[in-house]
Amino acid sequence: MTHASTSTAAPIATDGFVLHDEDRAAIAHEREHYPHPQAASIEALKIVQKRHGWVPDAAIEAIARELGVPPANIEGVATFYSLIFRQPVGRHVILLCDSSSCFLTDYEALRDAFFAHLGIGFGQTTPDDRFTLLPVCCLGACDRGPALMIGDDTYGPVTSEEIPTLLEAYA
Amino acid sequence: MSRILQDRDERRPETHPLTFRLNDDGTPVMLDAYREQQGYASVERAFSDLTSKTLIDELKTANLRGRGGGGFSAGLKWSLTMQGEGIPRGYIVCNADEMEPGTFKDRLLLEQQPHLLIEGMILAGFANNAYQGYIFMRGEYVDAARTVQRALEEARAAGWLGRDVAGSGWDFDIALHTGAGRYICGEETALINSLEGKRASPRAKPPFPGQSGAWGKPTVVNNVETLCNVPSVVLHGADWYQGLSQGKSGDGGTKLYGVSGKVKRPGLWELPMGTTGNELLERAGGMRDGHTLKTWLPGGGSTGFLLPEHLELALDFDTIGKAGSRLGTGLIAVVADDQSVVSLARNLEEFFARESCGWCTPCRDGLPWSVKLLQALEAGEGERGDIDLLESLAVDLGPGRTFCAHAPGAAMPLASAIHYFRDEFERGVTRGQGAAHADPIPVGSI
Repeated sequence: MTHASTSTAAPIATDGFVLHDEDRAAIAHEREHYPHPQAASIEALKIVQKRHGWVPDAAIEAIARELGVPPANIEGVATFYSLIFRQPVGRHVILLCDSSSCFLTDYEALRDAFFAHLGIGFGQTTPDDRFTLLPVCCLGACDRGPALMIGDDTYGPVTSEEIPTLLEAYA
Repeated sequence: MSRILQDRDERRPETHPLTFRLNDDGTPVMLDAYREQQGYASVERAFSDLTSKTLIDELKTANLRGRGGGGFSAGLKWSLTMQGEGIPRGYIVCNADEMEPGTFKDRLLLEQQPHLLIEGMILAGFANNAYQGYIFMRGEYVDAARTVQRALEEARAAGWLGRDVAGSGWDFDIALHTGAGRYICGEETALINSLEGKRASPRAKPPFPGQSGAWGKPTVVNNVETLCNVPSVVLHGADWYQGLSQGKSGDGGTKLYGVSGKVKRPGLWELPMGTTGNELLERAGGMRDGHTLKTWLPGGGSTGFLLPEHLELALDFDTIGKAGSRLGTGLIAVVADDQSVVSLARNLEEFFARESCGWCTPCRDGLPWSVKLLQALEAGEGERGDIDLLESLAVDLGPGRTFCAHAPGAAMPLASAIHYFRDEFERGVTRGQGAAHADPIPVGSI
């Protein structure tokens, strides 16, 4: 799809967003795995997010152009998946597992301790932009509940008392 | 990192096809170590002795049933794809999107046995005349993704993937596709949509993926554990595989069983299919001190609650099915006596409500409604009729009313929780009970 045709597809701001060359190469590499470029859209969103922390509207347009698919398709995907962030998040995202096995091993006490320690609730970011707290589906760490992720790291079982020490490593 | 809690002495090649190679320290078994322990021997056997049809027949006789939770015969699924001559070549998709609450078995295989999965997928590709495989892995499994990617590169460099696989004249490769969150991606047709880079809404069936799946081509979707069982079936034969569960179950092979909740030693074990719940709970060291068992889920959040007496039953698909629940993924979650079933039901329904893709109405509207009713009961502010309403909702969310199994999966724990623990739900009803409860009933409170 040409630029001209995508430009009429949706009222998405395009100002100022340019895909990094490395990201364009990574997206091109992903495309090779699939018979249709749209299949690379989720990975493209993740690539952009890795660099920018989140996915602004203008990045949707840029990815759409890069893959040659309508921006609405990318937007539809970006709004569906929980690990694609459509607004700014903190430097570290804490994913707290709230599924049944963690629930049965005192998740609620841990959750409340996080709320108290960080002074925020789910979906919020600390004022210093250090942490964003989100709930997440079962992390497949049910033998270690209650479990959580910070960035790429999985922890469990975690007690309320361990929260300050746990967070120290994430500046 | 999930760990298998059996000693190495207990895990032997003859009895533990999924775990005998595992390192005690939980590090991944990479190519050299894997090859030293019969790794890829099944592929060599398939290429020299088997055809697509004989391999599938072997799998059918072995009675390997899908380990993702459905329990559908793997051999039968493959034969549905193969029907008719001259069909276009298609795809093998490994469902590694493990998000079922209470399920933590595929993570072990992905993080520590990547070549076993790759070998299973090669055999699936050979049997189904595929040219490309995808491992659809949830985005949160970061370590697993790194390990699997490294194993794919090893396998490709050694000639087990790519052009002319192991000199067979057949081309087959596998790509790793990582997801971005949403439980619905584990549903077969939703997974295919997600793989294609779309929203993960389920597709109406027919056509079934075996005829028209990813990009319109025949597509086989199997769970990680299912695929990891295939090499041993091919290498040792169907009779051997059936024999692993001899006297315990008609279902073939072993199962990665696990226990979570307030037990002394939560973890994973590879045991013969049909092992009883009691034996499993014993392996887990029993309940933590000061706790007794109230109820349990046999295999994830989409299975129905069972009682302590049901622990005597064999944990296999048919037996647990007859008891009114489902084996699901075979990882039991125990509920202690001091834990509220109403609260747990609310937690489960919240999960399903949040994860509904919204494609069809019963699921999109019914699940949040059930959460509101359960929240009221949990807070002791339920109204007369709420429990009946929840029961009727469970029917409306049940099998046959929705595109996929998400809502029926949500209905099963809800209906069984009310069935076995109605008194707990009734304690939450305080409104509309007559003069003793004179609070006005808010209009439209639901």
